Amino acid sequence: MFVISKQVRMKTIIVVGNGMVGYKFCEKFVAKAGSENYKLIVFGEEPRPAYDRVHLSAFFENQDAKALEMAPAAWYAEHHIELVIDERVSEIHRSTKKITTAKDREFSYDYLVLATGSSAFVPPIKGVEKEGVFVYRTIEDLEGMLAYAAKLKEKNPNARAAVLGGGLLGLEAGRAVMDMGLEPHIVEFAPKLMPRQLDSRSSQVLQLKLESIGLNIHLSKATNQILGDNAIVGLEFGEDDVLDVEMLVISAGIRPRDELGKTCDLKMGVRGGIIVDNKMRTSDENIYAIGEIALYNQMIYGLVAPGYEMANVAADQILGFTETVMAAEIDMSTKLKLIGVDVASFGEPFMPASKGHSIIFENKTQYLYKRINVSLDGKSLLGGILVGDAADYSMLHQIYLNSMPIPTDASKLILPVSEGGVSFGSVMDLPDGAVICSCEAVTKGQVCCSVKDEGNETVKAIAKETKATTGCGGCKPMVDDLVKETLKSLGKIVKEMLCEHFDYSRQELYDIVKMKNVQDFDDLLDTHGKGNGCEVCKPVAASIFASIYNETANKQDTIQDSNDRYLANIQRNGTYSVVPRVAGGEISPKQMIAMGRIAQKYDLYTKITGGQRIDMFGAKLHELPLIWEELIAEGFETGQAYGKSLRTVKSCVGSTWCRYGMDESVSFAIEIENRYKGIRSPHKFKGGVSGCIRECAEARGKDFGFIAVDGGWNVYICGNGGANPKHAVLLAEKIDKGTAITYVDRFLMYYIQTAQPLMRTATWLDKLEGGIDYVKDVVINDCLGIVDQLDIEMQFMVDTYKCEWKEAVESPEIRAKYTHFVNSEDADENIEFVSLRDQKMPTPWV
Amino acid sequence: MIDSILKEYAVTSLENVAIWFKAAPVSKFPKNGGACVKYKEKQIAVFNFTRQGEWYACQNLCPHKMEMVLSRGMIGEDMGSPKVACPLHKNTFSLKNGENLNGSLDAIATYPVKIENGFVYIGFSE
Repeated sequence: MFVISKQVRMKTIIVVGNGMVGYKFCEKFVAKAGSENYKLIVFGEEPRPAYDRVHLSAFFENQDAKALEMAPAAWYAEHHIELVIDERVSEIHRSTKKITTAKDREFSYDYLVLATGSSAFVPPIKGVEKEGVFVYRTIEDLEGMLAYAAKLKEKNPNARAAVLGGGLLGLEAGRAVMDMGLEPHIVEFAPKLMPRQLDSRSSQVLQLKLESIGLNIHLSKATNQILGDNAIVGLEFGEDDVLDVEMLVISAGIRPRDELGKTCDLKMGVRGGIIVDNKMRTSDENIYAIGEIALYNQMIYGLVAPGYEMANVAADQILGFTETVMAAEIDMSTKLKLIGVDVASFGEPFMPASKGHSIIFENKTQYLYKRINVSLDGKSLLGGILVGDAADYSMLHQIYLNSMPIPTDASKLILPVSEGGVSFGSVMDLPDGAVICSCEAVTKGQVCCSVKDEGNETVKAIAKETKATTGCGGCKPMVDDLVKETLKSLGKIVKEMLCEHFDYSRQELYDIVKMKNVQDFDDLLDTHGKGNGCEVCKPVAASIFASIYNETANKQDTIQDSNDRYLANIQRNGTYSVVPRVAGGEISPKQMIAMGRIAQKYDLYTKITGGQRIDMFGAKLHELPLIWEELIAEGFETGQAYGKSLRTVKSCVGSTWCRYGMDESVSFAIEIENRYKGIRSPHKFKGGVSGCIRECAEARGKDFGFIAVDGGWNVYICGNGGANPKHAVLLAEKIDKGTAITYVDRFLMYYIQTAQPLMRTATWLDKLEGGIDYVKDVVINDCLGIVDQLDIEMQFMVDTYKCEWKEAVESPEIRAKYTHFVNSEDADENIEFVSLRDQKMPTPWV
Repeated sequence: MIDSILKEYAVTSLENVAIWFKAAPVSKFPKNGGACVKYKEKQIAVFNFTRQGEWYACQNLCPHKMEMVLSRGMIGEDMGSPKVACPLHKNTFSLKNGENLNGSLDAIATYPVKIENGFVYIGFSE
């Protein structure tokens, strides 16, 4: 008897280069079936594992190289990958399938994957060897620049530095230089910035924006030589054309690091790069090349997304999944944030007039530029450029990639919605093959399947499963929409969960607090939530406690929204505004004088608000209790302008003075404002009372409104002004005042108990099944049998009102929080005002 | 002016602490909330996470509009990690590493905190 043991020999793959693409190859490879039969050895010449070069300028923020790592060294070990860093591969011996390293060690391979990337191209300018001249490519380059910049600044705090090259990387380098505290100058040979991606006009918009934040830009400059004895002192462009700089960063393009290919006689491109086929295979069938050394379609692709795709193709090919090949055409669309400015281009950004028409929207005052190129028949989108605001990029890019139909008036694709533009297209209209995440090549179909079949119902779960959104993150909003829409299509109610700490909707939480008599936030978290809360659930809980127990914002002050915590509205420069209640807008001369005196004493800016009261701005934190103490002494109380609660009830002068008035609208407005004052709700709410149908109080633009008519009052609910104006709709007509109040009492309590957080009454009504007829059924016909309860609850709110500012000024403990510093009596010296029409205002934001 | 203010603040790790500044008694800091400490020209927001028994400190300056307001922000956690939300526009920052969690603002500087004999100390490198 024989036992035949069949042993598969482990094959060895050597990856040369541990950059982003080399790393991605490892990551993709080990995740695939069959990879356990291969041994991976990775060589990197840098002293650290692969890091995210795309976000290199982030290194300046924290100088934390670890934060940029693609994966820690331990990751390689966990996946049985041998990682050799700080050791360059120096030679390939194709006949014996071996490589030699710079440390003279030899390794055998079955497959070789070349991912050596590129190096900075240094143009042959006289003087490039001088001290103070750098390239911008690796963390070591940056460290060198940092050290040099620090030295320069010691001698001259206003030292200047230039960046040679106004392309993508050059501008990133410009930011790095600016962050180092040097005066930044960008020098570009072409007559515009980012010549490869932008047309002249968008380039000008970008230039204006960059200049506004302090970059000096020099275009059409050919550098003749670098001046200086040992160290650089300037750049010479031509006779008498010199720029004095003490440091230079060269960012004039990249050159593939293809020396290894050359020396072992692989087929090379005329201007460099190792030629590969659509399997990413070089002229040697055992050697693959990926990333910025691979010459595919006679092109070097300097973007991350195609590099990652190449890594995936090579991994599949080696493992025998030979049907995976590189697409014939590679999409070079990109979107990025450059020094805080959105810049994107897709498809054909520049287009000859013979191929189609361009639609251009430009607004230099806001540094905005949008251009789309449309086919001659106006039916398809061919490409475009966005500068300043690239929010539309994802959708436009998808429309382009999938040849989706576009509106007859294509300008709607880029016009602001308020100018007749439309938010066009639903993510669900995309074909399943549409690539949503181009960094990780994840399609719409994959995302939807992950939701449907694997039960990944959040963006975070999708990211873990498919890696979508984990690259640049630009596709997050789209993935979010896809998840929601897919869940909806499955008939699943997208459960309105408050946040990661509570698996309940606001309404459910309201019922829990009420039924179980929960008294504070900690208790609520411990019994019905998890973790420690956040800025979403805390204010919601605060609002619920207030609506049920009518407790003021002083009781649990740290769970209040930021304005409620200090009982004032925070303004631009961190000062606050003060708004006493002026019910119905009725104010006596004596009250006006008192308010004026106090405003003058504390040097406050005053203005009449839209709600018929007076707003006093510019109060420093420590002044708030002092101001309120005086206001309260004059008989004022808080106007709750800071709260999600009743703001004002606006009135016209009504039958007391007006010759058309049908009833006393001011008296009614004062009564109703005092009735509902202090009641906290899911969002702010406002009222109005008009004395006749001329409607001077604009009551139908409010959450509740009363209009006097022949025979009583008409009651309207659920209107608002603001971003989406809505007229209030009729709840009941020609009823007496008492009944009108009862109906609105019930409507408000019902809204407070059932609305989602931060939902105004108009949206609430929109989403309420049955709409206004259902509200009538509840509050008039009592179809739910709850009106007695609603009446009792509202009466409790009315009976237990107290002015929370009075409570605050009378309590030394509460007053204690009104200091800027906990360890000093000093005021915040950073608060600055400038004068404005005999008053003052905060120094404007830059 | 703002640029120079921003440069005042740099991430300080425990190893780099040269001075433990005695800021104020623990009782001066609200439970599960923050307050602002003055140290030389610096304004430092200090947060008392009573529920977890942790303390955190960071610059009081929000990098979005350069206002000294973070100490008045709400605190909370994001996937178990502590954060503060700026009271002006609700930009959130990790209190562990200062990273802007809901956008791409610059990270804020964080500082170590220790509690000894009922006092809050903040660690500075200078």
